Amino acid sequence: MARGMVIIGAGECGGRAALALRDLGYDGPVTLVGDEPHLPYERPPLSKEAMASDAPAIKAIASDEVLAEKSIRHIHSVQAVAIDRAAHTVRLSDGSALPYDKLLLATGSTPRKLPMPGLGGRCVYLRTFADALAIRAHLRAGNRIAVIGGGFIGLELAAAARKLGASVTVIEAQPRILMRGVPAEIAEIIHKAHVAEGVDVVCGQGIASIADDGKEVRVMLAGGREISADLAVIGIGAVPVTGLAAEAGLAIENGIAVDAELRSSDPDIFAAGDCCSFPLAVYGGRRVRLEAWRNAQEQGALGARNMLGAGEAHAAVPWFWSDQYGLSLQIAGLSDEGRSTVRRDLSDGAFILFHLAEEGRLVAASGIGPGNAVARDIRLAEMLIGKRAKPSVEALGSPDVKLKALLAPERSHRLADGGAAPHLPAGILSP
Amino acid sequence: MSDWVEACAAGDIDEEDVMRFDHGGRTFAIYRSPDDEYFATDGLCTHEKVHLADGLVMDDIIECPKHNGRFNYKTGAARGAPVCVNIKTYPVKVDAGKVLVQIG
Repeated sequence: MARGMVIIGAGECGGRAALALRDLGYDGPVTLVGDEPHLPYERPPLSKEAMASDAPAIKAIASDEVLAEKSIRHIHSVQAVAIDRAAHTVRLSDGSALPYDKLLLATGSTPRKLPMPGLGGRCVYLRTFADALAIRAHLRAGNRIAVIGGGFIGLELAAAARKLGASVTVIEAQPRILMRGVPAEIAEIIHKAHVAEGVDVVCGQGIASIADDGKEVRVMLAGGREISADLAVIGIGAVPVTGLAAEAGLAIENGIAVDAELRSSDPDIFAAGDCCSFPLAVYGGRRVRLEAWRNAQEQGALGARNMLGAGEAHAAVPWFWSDQYGLSLQIAGLSDEGRSTVRRDLSDGAFILFHLAEEGRLVAASGIGPGNAVARDIRLAEMLIGKRAKPSVEALGSPDVKLKALLAPERSHRLADGGAAPHLPAGILSP
Repeated sequence: MSDWVEACAAGDIDEEDVMRFDHGGRTFAIYRSPDDEYFATDGLCTHEKVHLADGLVMDDIIECPKHNGRFNYKTGAARGAPVCVNIKTYPVKVDAGKVLVQIG
């Protein structure tokens, strides 16, 4: 009798992993454990304008019917509290224990806490649907929202709050918003969009103190200015959830340390998504941790394949997007790998910055524009990055030169057709 | 049977590319395949209502510009997460250099 596959964390990553195990033909027990009361759901909408609707709802990755049909056991509202690696069991907060053959940790990340005294009930973080609903209740005309941190979560939330008529101040300690991972030229476009929409964006100012009496928050900036708000939303980054792994003695290195196949220091335990750091092949094995929806999805599926013995190394190029007002930003690759940039101007003010390494290799591409104006070129750039291509500066800078043509010469790239299953060792699918 | 509607000229779409076509309050995506055939689907992704015409066509696959959900645009079959619902396809013919779609 197979002990089966256990997945801890029922977010995008865990949910996708469970579905992938079944799609790959595994027919032993699959158990998905989550600490929220919901079905696995997509988190990106929680900070975006979807929250501006009157009755925000979760966007489930799989319905109860699909989980039942695929015989995926979903245990919700329960935490995993300990892993017994020798016995191959996970102990849960309800006192039960789950046996496993292979374990996937998809525990995600949690908002970085602002290390200051004075925070009360009007100072909140955003991670879960419940968090989003609590914030949503404050987003209305006449209310004042202070967003602490000019990163994606905070800025997207600022846009949603403006849409609902709340007044918004964004406070960023760094000299500009989106310091991490977004080129200054693009951050400036986003900054201007917020200002044009009536957001007060304050950069380069640390917070001296915060006073929260449960009805109002007063944020005192280092420069002396005081900002009063009905709600302060703190979005200053995320930290990986590693407690369970660390207590089990697994190697931790800015997240649960895994190899290219997402295997932790215990060969029967894998980790994927926001909670793990892994070697990124496209940059020579540089160890990174990504907090991005697509990475969670891809690594969930890759983790499932490797739990079944596929032995497949992670090969994807990082990619993420953000929507604010009518603007969409997309970035493929990590722009800090670049030493020079080439700009390509598209129509309607949209543009792409191609980031090149010293030897001329394309290592990242950052684009911004209305709607999905940059999507296609960013996707093609992602493929070029994956191929370690060295396209000519002239071609990259000329909008008339189709990026697809640069890919063409020895076009090995295809859009993955979901029907294809990897080769898996016999005996694993039907334990 | 509903009528055939003119969507565009055959030359308006590059090979292995896609174009948006709006008609009667609805939106469609018209494709020209690498082997120079024309196809049509609903214009919005079944996952998050994003216009597929902003997406990338490679071979028989259209990829959503936002979340990388994939469809075979010839059959409408969903071919990759996060999409799990197939997309509706429509008959297409080329007549006198015009691409005609039968939008039922």
